[in-house]
Amino acid sequence: MDYKVAYKMPRSLSGKQFTYCPGCHHGIVHRLIAEIIDELNLREKTIIVAPVGCSVFAYEFFDVDGTVAPHGRAPAVATGMKRARPDLTIFTYQGDGDLAAIGTAEMIHAANRGELITTIFINNAIYGMTGGQMAPTTLLGMKTTTSPYGRKAEKEGYPVHVCEIIKELQGVAFLARTKVTTPRDVMTTKKYIKKAFQAQLKGLGYSLVEVLSTCPTNWGLSPEKAMKWLEDNMTEEFPLGVYVDKVGDAK
Amino acid sequence: MNKIMMKGTEAIGEAAIRAGCRLYFGYPITPQSELTEYMARRLPQVEGTFLQAESEVAAVNMIYGASSVGKRVMTSTSSPGFSLMQEGVSYIACAQLPSVFVNVVRGGPGLGDIQPSQGDYFQATKGGGHGDYKLLVLSPSTVQEAADLTGVAFELADKYRNPVLIFADGLLGQMMEPVSFSDKEVSYDNSSWALTGAKNRPARQVTSFNIDPYGLEKMNLELQKKYKLMEENEIRYETTLTEDADILIVAHGTMGRIAKSVVDMARKDGLKVGLFRPITLYPFPYEALRKSAADVSLVLTVEMSSGQMLEDVRLAIAERTRVEFYGRMAGVVPMPLEIYEVLKQKIGRRS
Repeated sequence: MDYKVAYKMPRSLSGKQFTYCPGCHHGIVHRLIAEIIDELNLREKTIIVAPVGCSVFAYEFFDVDGTVAPHGRAPAVATGMKRARPDLTIFTYQGDGDLAAIGTAEMIHAANRGELITTIFINNAIYGMTGGQMAPTTLLGMKTTTSPYGRKAEKEGYPVHVCEIIKELQGVAFLARTKVTTPRDVMTTKKYIKKAFQAQLKGLGYSLVEVLSTCPTNWGLSPEKAMKWLEDNMTEEFPLGVYVDKVGDAK
Repeated sequence: MNKIMMKGTEAIGEAAIRAGCRLYFGYPITPQSELTEYMARRLPQVEGTFLQAESEVAAVNMIYGASSVGKRVMTSTSSPGFSLMQEGVSYIACAQLPSVFVNVVRGGPGLGDIQPSQGDYFQATKGGGHGDYKLLVLSPSTVQEAADLTGVAFELADKYRNPVLIFADGLLGQMMEPVSFSDKEVSYDNSSWALTGAKNRPARQVTSFNIDPYGLEKMNLELQKKYKLMEENEIRYETTLTEDADILIVAHGTMGRIAKSVVDMARKDGLKVGLFRPITLYPFPYEALRKSAADVSLVLTVEMSSGQMLEDVRLAIAERTRVEFYGRMAGVVPMPLEIYEVLKQKIGRRS
């Protein structure tokens, strides 16, 4: 018998067991990032800047050098790293509370400077690690532990649309919103993540991929129902697609 | 050695470059913007990197990033800006990242004013941010000393993998004096911890994080061990005419310099007054101060604050000697004659 390896764990994952809940999308996105780091042969010169949130341990799940930034400050930490060592590949991994609430300023200014870093942004419309509080991306009417009667526009304002906000900034080289609920979505997301890293490698500017993700635990839904809820509600509020692409299609 | 006329802020910038610092992240704030501007001008001339951050909050995290990949880096700010940096300073202290901070202290609290002050002593020496950590704190009293201590700051930052704070004030920052520079570039080895890419070695992490309390306690004990070493090896102070003194003034930084004039006045009048000037505010020279104050009948602590270093002076001297205090706040600088008058009053009140 002649066996061929068809599927294996990416070299850039450490093999440490993920701490994520069943049905959470962090694991899928981690794997895609690791596959891209492998494909672009970047493992030995990549640094991950993990956030505060459920993915606070992300730096342990990748087999690359890493750190964890103060809440929301990952783009500033990554800026310091990249300016000090332009030869390294730096990416931040941030959730919606981290990136679009407490870290809004750091993210917008890193984007505006065209900082040569890549951000993977997980938008699950809720605070996961602290136990299901309202996020800047929480949908109108959505119940969380700090919006127990449902988010109201007149009280809590509207869901923050990160891609729509930063697409006008001239420093942005690649910007896309995606999801990973179907195999086709997973392939599309992988393509986007690759382009985001390529934007950095080619020195084109800041890159960000927003991934709409589930949080079955804090949404109070089974993993399967959470996928459907995402499809039915989040994709309407947060339109998918490529918002900025200065990378072009590699031949 | 050639001397150049320079402002205190600029002298600190030039000294940092001579010490091998090639990265500066900062945000403009009076009365230290000249240092930010100096670095913006000078760093590109030496193939360094200057970046104006969007806030002090961002600047301190850029310091975290640059230091974690093993590069010598600094920032400078003034009181309200240093308050904003405290979150990052706590992370940097726990992650053990060498870095140099300059706080050109101004009148507070709140927005305060832009005049010289020493009201950030507690923030500098007793924490400032959250958790059990210490900064190495250096308090220069002249432009030359500010330049010299800047070199020392980089050396100590690397030696202890610890943030070092140069505690200056608006007077020192704005004053012009002749200054000479040492060209001693300190080399250091960070190959055992810096994030440089996991090439030919296992991946490594630099963090201030450990979810296991026993693990975090171990990290804390490491820090405490380091602080003990600093206390044993890095204490700096200057004494002036303390040998035969009957009265001891204790003052640091700009106040220390002004207090020297008070000592001169008093000595001309035949009063045996000496000066003890702490140079490291942390570690504080408790033992040396205790010795200098052993035979005096009165200790006068003078500060541009409500009496913050005073607490450390009292810790050193305990109940052995009468400790008095004189201070002005909010950016008002006590003049030598004013302090001398206070001193004479306190002597008169001696029972």
